[in-house]
Amino acid sequence: MNTMGQPNQQVFADTLLEIAQRNRDVLVVTSDSRGSAKLLAFGEELPQQIVEVGIAEQNLVGISAGLAAGGKIVFAVSPACFLTIRALEQIKNDVAYSDRPVRVIGISAGVSYGMLGSTHHSLHDYAALRCIHNIDIIAPADNFETRAAVQALIDHPRPVYLRLGKKPMPHLHTADAQFEIGKAITVREGHDLTFIAIGEPTSRALAAADLLASEGLSCRVISMHTLRPFDQQALLSAARETQAIITVEEHSVHGGLGECCAAILMQYGIYTPLKIVGIPDTYTYNGDQFAIFDHYGISADGLAAVARTLVEVSI
Amino acid sequence: MTTTELRRKSIEYRKAILTSIHSGGAGHTAGSLSCVDIINVLYNHTMNISPANFDQVDRDHYIQSKGHSVEALYAVLADKGFFSMETLLADLNRNGTHFVGHPTRKVPGIEHNTGALGHGLSVAVGLALAAKLDDKVYRVFTLLGDGELAEGSVWEASMTAAHYQLDNLVVIIDRNTLQITGRTEDVNALEPLSDKFRAFGYAVREVDGNDVSALAATLDAVPFAAGQPNLLLARTVKGKGVSFMEDEKSWHHKVPNADQLTAALDELNAAQAVLEGVSP
Repeated sequence: MNTMGQPNQQVFADTLLEIAQRNRDVLVVTSDSRGSAKLLAFGEELPQQIVEVGIAEQNLVGISAGLAAGGKIVFAVSPACFLTIRALEQIKNDVAYSDRPVRVIGISAGVSYGMLGSTHHSLHDYAALRCIHNIDIIAPADNFETRAAVQALIDHPRPVYLRLGKKPMPHLHTADAQFEIGKAITVREGHDLTFIAIGEPTSRALAAADLLASEGLSCRVISMHTLRPFDQQALLSAARETQAIITVEEHSVHGGLGECCAAILMQYGIYTPLKIVGIPDTYTYNGDQFAIFDHYGISADGLAAVARTLVEVSI
Repeated sequence: MTTTELRRKSIEYRKAILTSIHSGGAGHTAGSLSCVDIINVLYNHTMNISPANFDQVDRDHYIQSKGHSVEALYAVLADKGFFSMETLLADLNRNGTHFVGHPTRKVPGIEHNTGALGHGLSVAVGLALAAKLDDKVYRVFTLLGDGELAEGSVWEASMTAAHYQLDNLVVIIDRNTLQITGRTEDVNALEPLSDKFRAFGYAVREVDGNDVSALAATLDAVPFAAGQPNLLLARTVKGKGVSFMEDEKSWHHKVPNADQLTAALDELNAAQAVLEGVSP
């Protein structure tokens, strides 16, 4: 399908408003971030269900833990770049270690803020949170996954991090797709090579698969929307059933989806050729989100080129 | 509970703190002794909290932001029946148990995992705000160390407490004037502390934080002012109750050896004898 949808964070805000109108225990906590989080309508319609703490991310997370202890269903919403590193100790201790099921919502994540520069990029959040026990990690690829994830979070019993971007996202899924936290979605079947992608670059992996199909290469595309709990079975099946794997993420190549897959495969003794595509360990190129993707080969052409080298290797 | 009974409890808790730290081989001795009168009054006079209502939200809450003085809290919780003193003496600081050197919710009666300083106040603000949003009448008490006040997040949370007019929040400062390096005023000066808290919107009271009678009376006056968060600046002595530990920075986390434990218990037993009106 691949028609253009809305920004995932708009879908988040709209879905949450619908839910919060029916459930008065749902509470949004913001750090002067309601505008960028598309929560202005939420604040106008449900002023009693939004708590503003000002530009204070540590306080945002601590207060959210306290509100959760007081019985609230809390969504702590702030730009991912600040939320997941300035308030990392609060996420670790007050949410994860204290086991308060706060929904930590990182908006404008990855390189969404583009030309605002690296202060505003979050290329560390998967890595930082993956090594903290007791917080699930979800990064939806499109509007469908975002809506389904927000709905699933209402009853989610554990702390969780939801990572959202600010640009309109192309639709990946049809309405009959099934979303379940911790269960990867196979967007396209294929037998030569598998793209395993997380978050907003997933549509680019699909575009690469289209390109390679025209060259006779059959590519599986998996949307690995949940990094924890990780769908190990989807990875192992891809490694056994296709000749190579390319992981795709809007994150540092260190500590994210790619290294997660590599570690699992190595420990299973499965040596399927694998390439990790993400943001390399360098001073990040200045550009908007899609320009940064293109610059680092997170694009149909870039990913197809990597695929060609891998399939050559494995034949 | 009468003042004499509260004083008796404080002596018992001091003995339990010293005995458990000696037994476990680790603990924050002097800070536990400075704040134990405060925790005593909270649990035995002020707060509506017990093992029977602990699983409910609609009761008073206590978050110990200065988590390292957990041995004082353990002593009180054991006395209140959340677990036994035998469990505390057997488990504190022992491999494989939940009785670590900072509070965790794995231990019955603990509200929140603390230990990294500057966290407890934000969580207490969240709990107090939840009560306001739901028109509940519970109150939230949180205890901070004075050295902890250098953490910026304390002041973030203070602004929010005033903004939301949380008069159901009671912030207690264990103002013993010492931190691990030395005097707070030499490390990173805090004074004028009352003025700072007033400027941040608190209704401030000062009290002798080792005087259970004064503590009980002051806490009875909560809320100090409608629409303002409460701040109790409790002036205390680090190591209080044991002459050779009092106001000595070296006892921050020193563990009493057998001779020191005996000497300390002798002093506390003598104080108890005076309290009971019998000669030691």
